Amino acid sequence: MPTQNLDSLKPGEHAVIRAISAETGLHQRLNALGFRVGKRIELVRRAQFHGPLHVRLGTTDVIMRASEAHRIQISQAA
Amino acid sequence: MKRVALLGMPNTGKSTLFNRISGASARVGNWPGITVDLMSAKILLGGYIAELVDLPGIYDLHGFSDDEQVVRRFLAHNEVDLVILVLNTTQIDRQLSLALQVRTLGLPVMLMLNMADEARRSGISVNTEAMSRQLGMPVATLSAKYGEGFPQALQLAAQTMQAAEQHPAPAEVQARLDTVTKIEQEMESIVKESVQIPVQLTDALTARLDKTLLHPWLGLPIFFIALFLLFQFIFTLGTPLQDAVAWALELGRTSLLDPLMASWPHWLSGLLLDGIYNGVGTVAAFVPLIILFFFVMTMVEDSGYLSRAAFLMDAFMARLGLDGRGFVMVLMGFGCNVPALMGTRVMRNRASRLLTMLVIPFSLCSARLQVFLFMTAVLFTPQQAPVVLFGMYLMSFAITFLSALLFKRHFKSSEPFILELPPYRFPTPRQILLRGWQEVGHFLHRASKFIIAGVVLVWVLTHYPVDAQSSLDTYAGMIGHFLSPVLTPIGIDDHLSIALIFGFVAKEVVVGSLAVIYGQQGDALTQLMAAQLDWVKGVSFMLFTLIYTPCLATIATLKTESRSRAFMWLSIGWSLSLAWIVSFVFYQGARALGF
Repeated sequence: MPTQNLDSLKPGEHAVIRAISAETGLHQRLNALGFRVGKRIELVRRAQFHGPLHVRLGTTDVIMRASEAHRIQISQAA
Repeated sequence: MKRVALLGMPNTGKSTLFNRISGASARVGNWPGITVDLMSAKILLGGYIAELVDLPGIYDLHGFSDDEQVVRRFLAHNEVDLVILVLNTTQIDRQLSLALQVRTLGLPVMLMLNMADEARRSGISVNTEAMSRQLGMPVATLSAKYGEGFPQALQLAAQTMQAAEQHPAPAEVQARLDTVTKIEQEMESIVKESVQIPVQLTDALTARLDKTLLHPWLGLPIFFIALFLLFQFIFTLGTPLQDAVAWALELGRTSLLDPLMASWPHWLSGLLLDGIYNGVGTVAAFVPLIILFFFVMTMVEDSGYLSRAAFLMDAFMARLGLDGRGFVMVLMGFGCNVPALMGTRVMRNRASRLLTMLVIPFSLCSARLQVFLFMTAVLFTPQQAPVVLFGMYLMSFAITFLSALLFKRHFKSSEPFILELPPYRFPTPRQILLRGWQEVGHFLHRASKFIIAGVVLVWVLTHYPVDAQSSLDTYAGMIGHFLSPVLTPIGIDDHLSIALIFGFVAKEVVVGSLAVIYGQQGDALTQLMAAQLDWVKGVSFMLFTLIYTPCLATIATLKTESRSRAFMWLSIGWSLSLAWIVSFVFYQGARALGF
């Protein structure tokens, strides 16, 4: 299964989080919002002009910049 | 007196709960160990008078954000008799982590699961008994917004506080805070045991609304139209209200105070009326605007749209070192800088908040617009005037962006930009009214003394010494004359420099002060000014007026909101230097080109 980063996902696509490579501060914030290895994640939409990403994890909708999404490795879900 | 701390994650309705418990009695106060304002209120809980403190919303007790540090410092420096933990029932599966973290502190704690109404709609049910047993703390569900379950929850809180015989001292809490505990697995197992969540729950209506409001091409136009309408609402309603306040104060003066003080010494009635009474009037003029502004902002914020605005504008604002929420405040600054500065409180990161506060004073507010309308009417034809005015707006935007670009390195945000998008909600009228009321109280409490003192000072400068024949002989005139080596190169003569000193109080008084300074009124004044000024001098004066310190109320608000005198001086210093540089380049450039 090829791994890629969250920021390469297209709107409407689902994936599973494989790893989070972030420093402690970012890691804790992501953890508190429900980002965990093995969780399913969906990219809902992207803002225009390389703006933030809108992702959904279970019951939680989150917006984040692409630079932060890049730290999250995923593998595409079937 | 007992002390109760209200703790919870963002978007859990914690502030709504705070308002419901405290009513309108909330105050803003300072606390040992921390540097931000916290709301607190005296309440009656289980027969005790208790002080309820609203701590900032946090995701993680051990995190590194500014707010998370504030909460830790508060708990490590203040005795707490009860912690009320507020979590969102619809997201309980991940929010329980905070409950387990708080439990390790050993403080008396009870858990309030808020938004029971939304949870029911989403098909989520919680077995509070099972959860209470597993967590080892009392659990109550309620809806702070509608009050359902609230009396029972409060009673449970009172019982919890009474049952706790002793609680750890702040130093002990600090020690426990330092030991980060492994809580992940426990959290998962409790959720598995006691909460049922439908798979992939989505609020269908929120998703539908987002489809339109965050649409790739429609999202931004809708955002700008919405902002424009809100802006129009605030300021078309606010201006007549401001006029009404001014009219009432003027009536009080002419019918009551003037006759009363007619026989008093001239200096005393002058000080009381032109100094202090006018100062009070300056403060009062902001009250309707602040109420209306927060009326609207509470709706925007609590409805969940502000986070959407951040999503739409972030691509652009990130390049300026600001975030999308800052953009909303900068735009609101075009109406009035003061509430816009107060509104930056929604930005929880201090660095990005300070950067936003540094650029807001460059927004061309409605008071400055009055000066420009007058000046363009004096100096330009009716065809030219709108073009000049439009140029001023462009300049205002350019200066705002330039300042953000120049200072973004010094106010670098250390927090990642990751925001939760809450589902759309309808704020209740009670929430909206309370917020407006609290913000006005905050403004009056903090800024009024500073503003009145400033108005009195400018009154002294522009009316003394007593033997002054014209305004050129007053202290203000002397200061203007003293500054002439600096102001002459930018085309501002002694008369106009006095107007600038008046304008320091409020831009509303500049046009009126010109009549005093030139000793003429109406058409005679415009003819005299048109004769004395050419358009190059006039535009240079307008540019300076646009960029230098907006008004005393803005400075007072900058100081109280930033809690930093140094930051206030940075803002004043930067805007004065920039105003001079821009005017200098324009004036000398135009003269060099032969105008």
